[in-house]
Amino acid sequence: MSLRAAARAYPALLRAGFASAVAYRAEFLIWMFSTNMPLIMLALWAAVARSGPVGAYTQDGFAAYYLCTLLVRLLTGSWVVWELTMEIRQGVLAMRLLRPLHPLIAYSAENLAAVPLRGIVAIPVLSILLWAARSQLGHDPLLWLLLPPALFGAWLLTFLVMALIGTLALYVESAASLFEAWLGISAVLSGYLIPLDLFPQAVQRVALALPFRFLLSFPVELMLGKHPPAHALLLLGAQWVYVAAALVATNLVWRAGLRRYSAYGG
Amino acid sequence: MIEVERLRKSYFVHRRQPGLRAAIRSLVHRPREEVKAVDGVSFQVGPAERVGFLGPNGAGKTTTLKVLSGLLHPTSGHVSVAGHTPQDRAPAFLRQITLVMGQKQQLLWDLPPSETFLLNRAIYDIPRREYQETVAELTELLGLSGLLDKPTRQLSLGERMKCELAVALLHRPRVLFLDEPTIGLDVTMQATVRGFVRAYNERFGATVLLTSHYMDDVAALCPRVLVIDHGRLIYDGSLEELVRRVRPDKRVLLKLSRPVEARDLAKLGAIVSQSDAQAVLQVSQAELQAAVQRALAQLPVVDLTVEDPPLEEVMRELFERGVAEGAA
Repeated sequence: MSLRAAARAYPALLRAGFASAVAYRAEFLIWMFSTNMPLIMLALWAAVARSGPVGAYTQDGFAAYYLCTLLVRLLTGSWVVWELTMEIRQGVLAMRLLRPLHPLIAYSAENLAAVPLRGIVAIPVLSILLWAARSQLGHDPLLWLLLPPALFGAWLLTFLVMALIGTLALYVESAASLFEAWLGISAVLSGYLIPLDLFPQAVQRVALALPFRFLLSFPVELMLGKHPPAHALLLLGAQWVYVAAALVATNLVWRAGLRRYSAYGG
Repeated sequence: MIEVERLRKSYFVHRRQPGLRAAIRSLVHRPREEVKAVDGVSFQVGPAERVGFLGPNGAGKTTTLKVLSGLLHPTSGHVSVAGHTPQDRAPAFLRQITLVMGQKQQLLWDLPPSETFLLNRAIYDIPRREYQETVAELTELLGLSGLLDKPTRQLSLGERMKCELAVALLHRPRVLFLDEPTIGLDVTMQATVRGFVRAYNERFGATVLLTSHYMDDVAALCPRVLVIDHGRLIYDGSLEELVRRVRPDKRVLLKLSRPVEARDLAKLGAIVSQSDAQAVLQVSQAELQAAVQRALAQLPVVDLTVEDPPLEEVMRELFERGVAEGAA
């Protein structure tokens, strides 16, 4: 299917994805409330910061950081890796492959369609909380302008990495465990558990060069106004280079995987 | 429409004994074995033909259908469907085919079928007018009214299968691959599905390749059958010819006005079953005429019917004989 044809079909895909997300509203809410790690980390660090700032973070600083982290996490989350590995193992992927639409485009719409529903719940609650911590947020409107593409880049990178690892289920049976490993490393190096600038210099240098930062920390850094606009723009460019690389890698693994596809599950 | 030449498809599977020791050993050593699912199959199917694909479980039927629909890459050989190489999965190819698998579904589980219909309309880029016409036509042929707005998970198996067929045919494919489309359905629903497949084939001139374990499906729908066993094609021709070749004898059903001695029946042919009011004999083709005449003359016959042996029996015998003899 050409990209133009995919673009024509995309609104219908989003509509169906949104309808499915609404049908699963109870699971959806449970998932949202289970995404509470940033709040646990906030409680922990706020207690530590009571006796004085940790690095550049005061109690309010931690509050702003983890609330931004929670917001970015809710808006950029994806679940394609579990769906893909399950559909490959059960042979359901076959039904998607029969349609003249790349299955990854269909998955992307299903995942993206859930974002508004998350937003409906997440944004009002977090807006109130962020209002309380507004003194810690960035004030440069340029940085806020860069936030939507950075959030979209973070979502796309998350989705593509998940799709890449999920596609490995065409080769190995343990793709889901591989993802668990990725998730563990990512929790540390994306800034989900600890702000990256609290790490020792050497670890920071490594963390800042790896793609994990662009999954989560980078949009948070924009919201907290941690970069001058020119540098932020450079980082946005770097994020999208990673997105492009992930797109190419996923496509290559996907194509090669389909040659091996032996339609598990009959 | 479909050309298959020396198609082979093999898989590698890991062999492992049960038990903890074997599980630990498999961490370091995994013996692999090549399984030939399809082993040098060749056939052609013309436009608008309805062909039945028969074979025991694991014979290679579904694998062949998956290769033909572009889901699997052949290990070797040449395959062409509607002028395309299926494994390229070109959009123009995918728009011309459909594969319905009785045990898989494309309907969105928690949404009404009408949502999947709209989704497929967008994916296949079906013009609104054509879409409305097709939906109206399919609704009439399959009796879908009232079903399309109920969530799929609340439909019965039969209702769901009808909707599956409809959504698979919305884009009016020219080639239908049907893999056990009537599995699990009751007799009435099986007949509905059969009638629908025939009507679609006649109305749109679509080519149909069907696998089914229900011989009634094949007998009702397919003037031609392909029989595959252990990955090899062992028969290609009409169903009647297959029956004649495998089981040249006939079944003579006698309804009797009073009980008769078994030895009197045995003079006419082999006794398949006998009760006071009925007997079934197996008689060779050559002796059929004489046996019928003698039965009518010598026995208290109320009614007499001559039938082919049941298809299930014919197939069982064919597969038991094995590939070598069947191919003869």
